[in-house]
Amino acid sequence: MKRALALALLTLLPLPALAQATGDLGLVVERASGSLLLVDRSDRAALTRIEGLGDLSHASLTYSPDERFAYVFGRDGGLSKVDLIDRKVVARTMQAGNSIGGAISDDGRLVAVSNYEPGGVKVFDAGTLAPVADIPAEGKTIGLVDLPGRRFAWAVWDTGEVFTGDFSGAAPVVTSLGIAGVNPFDAVLTADAHTYLVGLFGEKGVMSYDLWSPETPPQKFLTDYGKTGEDMPVYKMPHLQGWAFTEGQFALPAVGRHEVLWVDSETHADRGATPVHGQPVFIIAQPASPYVWVNFATPLNDTVQVIDSRDHKVVATLTPGKAVLHMEFAPRGAEVWISARDDDRVLVYDTRTREKLAEIAAKAPSGIFFTARAHRPGL
Amino acid sequence: MPKLALFLAILPGMALAEIAPEQAARLEHIVTQDCGSCHGLTLRGGLGRPLTTEALAGADPATLATIILDGVPGTAMPPWRPLLTEEEARWIADYLTTKDQR
Repeated sequence: MKRALALALLTLLPLPALAQATGDLGLVVERASGSLLLVDRSDRAALTRIEGLGDLSHASLTYSPDERFAYVFGRDGGLSKVDLIDRKVVARTMQAGNSIGGAISDDGRLVAVSNYEPGGVKVFDAGTLAPVADIPAEGKTIGLVDLPGRRFAWAVWDTGEVFTGDFSGAAPVVTSLGIAGVNPFDAVLTADAHTYLVGLFGEKGVMSYDLWSPETPPQKFLTDYGKTGEDMPVYKMPHLQGWAFTEGQFALPAVGRHEVLWVDSETHADRGATPVHGQPVFIIAQPASPYVWVNFATPLNDTVQVIDSRDHKVVATLTPGKAVLHMEFAPRGAEVWISARDDDRVLVYDTRTREKLAEIAAKAPSGIFFTARAHRPGL
Repeated sequence: MPKLALFLAILPGMALAEIAPEQAARLEHIVTQDCGSCHGLTLRGGLGRPLTTEALAGADPATLATIILDGVPGTAMPPWRPLLTEEEARWIADYLTTKDQR
């Protein structure tokens, strides 16, 4: 009787709040198994695993403005829309044969994907994943970022050409910004959307585009760094998405060298180099601090170093685990989450004490993406 | 870490079997994870070309081993000689050209 009453009551009550606030959630890419681990930053815990995402090697993702949906860019050309509240894939399209990353427009309406095969940029409706525009390129597109006003920027590895695309009108308007140099490998946008920096692999240097004053000619800098020493083989391309901008400087990975390079963000003048443990992959600024954290290419990828951007000195060397692939900071900088692929672990560190706070089991984790990225241009 | 040049004298034509099982597992891991950084985890290509058995049909394993060891100048393919012995490179070349048939 009691049970019947309870059941009746249950059916009368509004549905229990299945919804969970998403502001402190994140997704960890489990690259080998094609799955995502949904994590709770406050609880330092995994909530569930979301499967069926395809080939997630080199996968990245971006978030909708309401932090409910993640758009996941898989290596196999799969674009998936994942619902963090219902905890499942809600839309998926195989939009190319091979892709490398993507971005969401400033208004959250469009999702753009950067493709290797066939090369180009495809743009989709963020709600339905219906195709909106297809911009072919003469090669593999890299460094795709969102710009204000429903625009994106990207570069082409094979030709070195840099483009912006404006998708605010009825038809896309694509503008060439010229040739950055030989084999751009990645690009990044400063948080103020002022400067688009394109890193070059086939020659020394970084090309800087002033997006606030498009008539200003681009400037190439760091064209002669490392001329005195022998470059080493590059076993992993550095990533620029985490390029640190701190103390009026860019902190850049020296391609083929065990160095972090410091460049004045206004004048592009060389401000020095920090010898580090290996070839930098990610150099990421710890929010609300003078520090940047660096991880390294294989085979020296068990180590993370912390550098003070004021004097360019290494202040800490940590060994969180085997094959450290990525680091993601809590938005206010209190914690950093570090993926150790070959230990099948995500490690959570306190950034003040630099002590480990927690470990979370994950299958071959690579990228870690907190939902706060939803509100940052260029991510 | 450069390996000692102990295996430099190994002749081409070595069989897969010359590598101990633990070492084979390590090499397979390197192929998936480190080669996979550029060629894709499933080896269907990325910044680097596809390395599926199908894509490598007709390729000479000895030539592939040389590419692995010395890289391809002017491209993003690095020389792996500092990290792999000739025997290991040859094992990877044999593995790549036959793995989908096994």
